[in-house]
Amino acid sequence: MLARNPAASPPPATASSEGQKILAESQSASLTIENVTLRYGGAKGVLAVDDISFMVAPNEFTVIVGPSGCGKSSLLYLVAGLTELSDGTIRVNDAAVDRPGPDRGMVFQGYTLFPWLTVRQNVEYGLKRKKVPFSERNVIVEQYLDAVGLYQFADHFPAQLSGGMKQRVAIARALANDPGILLMDEPFGALDSQTRSTMQKLLLKVWEQRQKTVLFVTHDIDEAILLGDRVIVMTARPGRIKADIRVEIPRPRSMDLVMEPDFIALKRRILGLLHDEIDEDH
Amino acid sequence: MTKNSSPFLRVLIPFAEIPKWLVVSLGIMIWVLVLIGWVAASYGGSIPQMFLPTPGLVFSKTLDMIADGTLYTNTLSSVQVVVYGFIVSSILAVPLGLWMGTYRVVQSLLEPLVNFIRYLPVTSFVPLFILWIGIGLEERVAIIFFGTFFQQLVMVSTAANSVSRDLVNASYTLGTKRHEVVWHVIFPAALPSILDTLRVTMGWAWTYLVVAELVAASSGLGYISMRAMRGFQVEIIFLAILTIGLLGLIMDQAFRLIRLKLAPWA
Repeated sequence: MLARNPAASPPPATASSEGQKILAESQSASLTIENVTLRYGGAKGVLAVDDISFMVAPNEFTVIVGPSGCGKSSLLYLVAGLTELSDGTIRVNDAAVDRPGPDRGMVFQGYTLFPWLTVRQNVEYGLKRKKVPFSERNVIVEQYLDAVGLYQFADHFPAQLSGGMKQRVAIARALANDPGILLMDEPFGALDSQTRSTMQKLLLKVWEQRQKTVLFVTHDIDEAILLGDRVIVMTARPGRIKADIRVEIPRPRSMDLVMEPDFIALKRRILGLLHDEIDEDH
Repeated sequence: MTKNSSPFLRVLIPFAEIPKWLVVSLGIMIWVLVLIGWVAASYGGSIPQMFLPTPGLVFSKTLDMIADGTLYTNTLSSVQVVVYGFIVSSILAVPLGLWMGTYRVVQSLLEPLVNFIRYLPVTSFVPLFILWIGIGLEERVAIIFFGTFFQQLVMVSTAANSVSRDLVNASYTLGTKRHEVVWHVIFPAALPSILDTLRVTMGWAWTYLVVAELVAASSGLGYISMRAMRGFQVEIIFLAILTIGLLGLIMDQAFRLIRLKLAPWA
């Protein structure tokens, strides 16, 4: 289960066929991270990410967990192209990343919906940038609004929505653009625990209907195991890979999993790995 | 707060809401009090007519000046100066301020100069402008422009600069290109603050108007005030002040409506 240098693994079996409302054609890219290093504040600055390498196969749901400040969010920003690498290479399919682009969609921890656009216009935003024609755009937007259950809120402004609803729109907005990779930076971190589990269920459902390469950062171990095909555990700063664990729990998954012995065993193992890090830190 | 506190004591609770009727009545009451004070002081004879005109005198003067058209022409002349100066200033300040708040190079270039001019009183430019431009409409428009432009520039720039970086980052991950960010993200995100800036600076533009007209003008509300002072027609000064206040109030409400229309989300 533990693989230090994971090779690309075959994508998990396609999930249930129920609710095939989602568009059939969907892009899914592979991601290669090679010797990636990030140093803040010049050559003598703080080392945030230290020589990380791993690969993510198309359609794989990879979760990164680690102690706070370990550089897991930084890694995501590097993949998005929002932060410049100090060293190493990041490739999406075969193209090296040197700037942000719509092939890497992102859902942020904070609320980043455009407040001047309605829910519908927010979801439509990326399609407009891509100059997708009106009629086609409409079809896609309605499908995703439906998928996240916000069809009746299409004409609301973000300020009129709850935190959970805002993140649902953010997910729909990222997915509607059909990125090869979806990056999620603790997207449910700011939500209360009940909303959080509703959101996890929703994400599981949407992802299992229509798979996509996902790189998901969280500090919630339950969330990591529940969602991921694979959990990468990072060390405390400077961030390195401590363990790379495959989650062998079959899909479709449900929230009841958290009571299963397999789940608990895996959780205990990841917690152990993390506690080592936090203890070393003190 | 306790439910059983009497309605009279409720108004003393910090930050407590009060009923709508009370809000309206209090707003009317303060004006009634001012009017009563005015009536008492002027008709009571404690202050000579030369310094404080009676409300009746101001009212009849108003009717006279409406009838002979002087109120209309002078008001129009003032409004024209303010509106021209304000529009020219805003048209230049909004895009330039957006660039200044977005690009550090533009900011580094403009800020030292802008901050120098910004703290100069507009009145210090009046002699220079009269010398350069003369005493026509252009000179008064230039005063309004100078009074508002640099303030607007700094305020719009701050509004642009405070746009959340996450919002800009999110737009990049959705396919927005670097050169598109100002138009697609920074401008709409800053729009509510920009509209607030315009509303506030419109108020300032009105205050510079009188400065411009007192010194050099042949028409306008400031001009008729000045002329009235020489003729001891204090009721005209009152009328001019009331008209400027009323126009300011109307403009402010107009801006409030424009903001609701253009930025309904904020």
